Amino acid sequence: MERILTRWLDIPDLRKLEVYRAHGGYEALRKALFDMTPEQIINEVKNSNLRGRGGAAFPTGVKWSFIPKESKKPVYVCCNADEAEPGTFANRYELENDPHGIIEGILIACRAVGSHTCYVYMRGEFAFQKERLQEAIDEARAAGLVGKNIMGSGFEVDIWIHRGAGAYICGEETGLLESLEGKRAYPRNRPPFPAIQGAFGSPTVVNNVETLSNVPHIINRGADWYKSIGPEKSPGPKLFCLSGHVKLPGLYELPMGFPLKDLIYGVGGGILGDRQLKGVIPGGSSFPVFTAEEALKVNMDFDSVRAAGSLMGTAGVMVMNEDTCMVDMLKTVAHFYHHESCGQCTPCREGCGWIEKLLTDLEEGRGKMEDLQLLIDISVNMEGNTICVLADSLSMPVKSFVPKYRSEFEDHIRLGRCPFKDRNGKSAIAA
Amino acid sequence: MPKLTIDGKEVDAPDGINVIEAAELLGIEIPHYCYHPALSVPGNCRMCLVEIEKAPKLQISCNTKVTEGMVVHTQSAKTKAAQRAVLEFLLINHPIDCPVCDQAGECKLQDYYMEYDDQPSRFPLEKKVRKGKAIPIGSDVMLDQERCVLCARCTRFFDEVTHTSELAIFERGDHNEIDIYPGHPVNNKYAGNVIDICPVGALTEKDFRFRMRVWYLHRATSVCGGCERGCAIDIHHQRGRIYRYKPRYNPEVNSYWMCDEGRHHFTTLQNETRLTAPLVQQGEHLVPEEWSVAARRVASQIESLKKSFGPRSIGAIIGAQATNEEAFALKRLMLDTVGSDRIAMVSYTPPGLSGDDNFLIRANKNPNTRGLEAMGIAPARFDEFAKTVAAGELKMLIAMRADLVTVMGETEFIRDFGPLDYLVLIDTDANETAQMANQVLPIGAYPETNGSFTNFKGRVQRLSQAFSPPGDALTGIEAIARLGRALDGAEHASEAGAIFTQLAASEPAFAGISFDALMPYGASLKTAT
Repeated sequence: MERILTRWLDIPDLRKLEVYRAHGGYEALRKALFDMTPEQIINEVKNSNLRGRGGAAFPTGVKWSFIPKESKKPVYVCCNADEAEPGTFANRYELENDPHGIIEGILIACRAVGSHTCYVYMRGEFAFQKERLQEAIDEARAAGLVGKNIMGSGFEVDIWIHRGAGAYICGEETGLLESLEGKRAYPRNRPPFPAIQGAFGSPTVVNNVETLSNVPHIINRGADWYKSIGPEKSPGPKLFCLSGHVKLPGLYELPMGFPLKDLIYGVGGGILGDRQLKGVIPGGSSFPVFTAEEALKVNMDFDSVRAAGSLMGTAGVMVMNEDTCMVDMLKTVAHFYHHESCGQCTPCREGCGWIEKLLTDLEEGRGKMEDLQLLIDISVNMEGNTICVLADSLSMPVKSFVPKYRSEFEDHIRLGRCPFKDRNGKSAIAA
Repeated sequence: MPKLTIDGKEVDAPDGINVIEAAELLGIEIPHYCYHPALSVPGNCRMCLVEIEKAPKLQISCNTKVTEGMVVHTQSAKTKAAQRAVLEFLLINHPIDCPVCDQAGECKLQDYYMEYDDQPSRFPLEKKVRKGKAIPIGSDVMLDQERCVLCARCTRFFDEVTHTSELAIFERGDHNEIDIYPGHPVNNKYAGNVIDICPVGALTEKDFRFRMRVWYLHRATSVCGGCERGCAIDIHHQRGRIYRYKPRYNPEVNSYWMCDEGRHHFTTLQNETRLTAPLVQQGEHLVPEEWSVAARRVASQIESLKKSFGPRSIGAIIGAQATNEEAFALKRLMLDTVGSDRIAMVSYTPPGLSGDDNFLIRANKNPNTRGLEAMGIAPARFDEFAKTVAAGELKMLIAMRADLVTVMGETEFIRDFGPLDYLVLIDTDANETAQMANQVLPIGAYPETNGSFTNFKGRVQRLSQAFSPPGDALTGIEAIARLGRALDGAEHASEAGAIFTQLAASEPAFAGISFDALMPYGASLKTAT
């Protein structure tokens, strides 16, 4: 299959402007500036069925169309580069290797929604990636592609990078906006939605890095070409972040709808140590786990994964073999959300910590049978009852791990210790 | 006006209000912590989640605008489950130290637990997140971070109302805590309001802590006498002692708030110097006596001066601390019974107090200057008084709630009023003037009286008596009625409502206002600005 988002693997130094331009770079922008109206751009992206790659899978063209036409306030585009979902590492490679692809996507998005300012909200740890993107912005500015009078069109866009300070919640659309405004990243109540009242009270589009880097290709080659890749309702090239117990973990560009089985056993080279597959989290740690049986049947696109009972999220595929202690795994997930809950809403603030404490007890052999129902109760009480979905991001894994691997949880309780560890707490599995 | 249904009852709600407010129109309380009508809506506590038909999940009623045909269920199984869940979450890390918590009895965690939760804890006590306790954070505010439900009412009050932003939320997740910035304590004149709006025991009042369990306190609706704003208050008292003032909502005057000076105003009313019996000067000393004796003596003094020098040899000065009813009763006593038109007002503010700010505090510390003006009692010109005294025209002065020695200075007082034949002081305390008076008549402070104040904008608000004046002291209007009866033998009105009715009938500025209509938010003078 032709590499689209990961062209850098075939084209050395694609991150440099001259190389990028030599391979058709910024031609989509030229088309968007001179041959298309903003409406036509939005319609093209709508027709392409491009869906947000940040995890929520919302149709990008539809999101853009929510921006009020002729807004009296400035319109902002925010590029969400706060990639922090556990098991996800696509944006960082794009920022390192194809920054101009992202910049071109940003510029086209700005043209579509009438914005003259883009903020790239980048996670604080991305120091190197920030340098790479900044270099590319500087290059593009020097070449008249960013700033005033882009390509002589009279259109103007400035791009600023804002570095985060290390909180997962800043990747949540409205938490990002609060943080961008210099406030504590407490996600906002919706309505009002960012399209009406986003950054600094103005209409704002927030798009993920990967979403934006799809845009130039759609403008260049058309919505019909794009829809021909993968399932029509959930099409396009997709970056899969394969991690865990596979022989060849890494970033893979594959068409949407690619079978998970082939991802693990084909491109992923099979299970590490040729052991049995125990489970797969398909979309970053926030989503329900698939048992081995479920995983082998599912195709990796938004609708198929949803139909199978989980969500594709960021396509951070985490593979677990038979030696994985699922209690320990879930405890690790809970630790993350406990640590990253912003603490604004009561159920999430209190529930995440409670779940981690219960799972720590279970893992360390102090658990009780009634704890299993309590874990479900807490999860049910958290889910859907908060401003953002961070609470759901823990309750979904809990509600899938506990029933799907119940016997393992019960073993911990019965034995009074983790069966995967010896009495000293060391892993009982030979490395 | 969208029409919506809440718990099967239809209501026409004004456009743009939220479900919690619409429910209130029907008398349905939706429990909540973070929502406060005078602050922004953060939607963080999740206590007000309700089931709304056609919504995919429960909605917070504080941030959901009413729409036509909306159907809300505040008693459904789903709503109740969410309420229980939120309370359970709120309580897992709460220290449950109610027995030693000052908020007990007026705590929304206690109240809502009993009403909406009422289940045993599923969380072991030893696993709670521990935070700071009994931290003085400035002003009169004590902080207990463990009891805090992080509703952010206090941070929003300092951000949005006082714009001083002393408090913020620090840390993250279940380690979130309210705190000040290091080295920058709470320092504004409205800090006490965060104690009122804190729904739990996280913020308590340093002065009030451990003085009195709140369930022993009685409440009287009244008006703060600390300045001419006249913030509506509730007086919390027990056995003749005031323990605290709490602001009472009045959209026309103070919204939900009051200043810290006003909050502590009652402390100036409970001094050791309070008078508990009429006093008569005998040689160097003031000696207690019966009211009947005192009133008769003052009356006979008035009668004899009237005979010798005419009624205008008697004058009166009334302080703008007096209620409308006291001022009116004294004015009528002077005009109708004594027959003198010499009555003036003194509106005195001691030095060193806060000046006007652009919120509630006023530089004039008299609660009723406007009311006295409105009934035609002009400010006293002491130079004019001095002339009449010097000329032998004024022989006797009745000073009511007017500590003239403090107002004028001792030297000036002796110079101007020293030649008087007779000085009567009607007041609450044995102040400087009392030492100079021939006769002292004890009356109650404003919390001890029924009546009304007129604030600087012409808003007339009602005071309800919290308890009787101490000892043999009478209310101001009773004292005036006593003097009146001693003078002419007739009954004089001594009940605030009756006096106010006369006042409204005879003073044009007060026309059309009825005493009953003064509750709860008062009424405006015709000439109000």
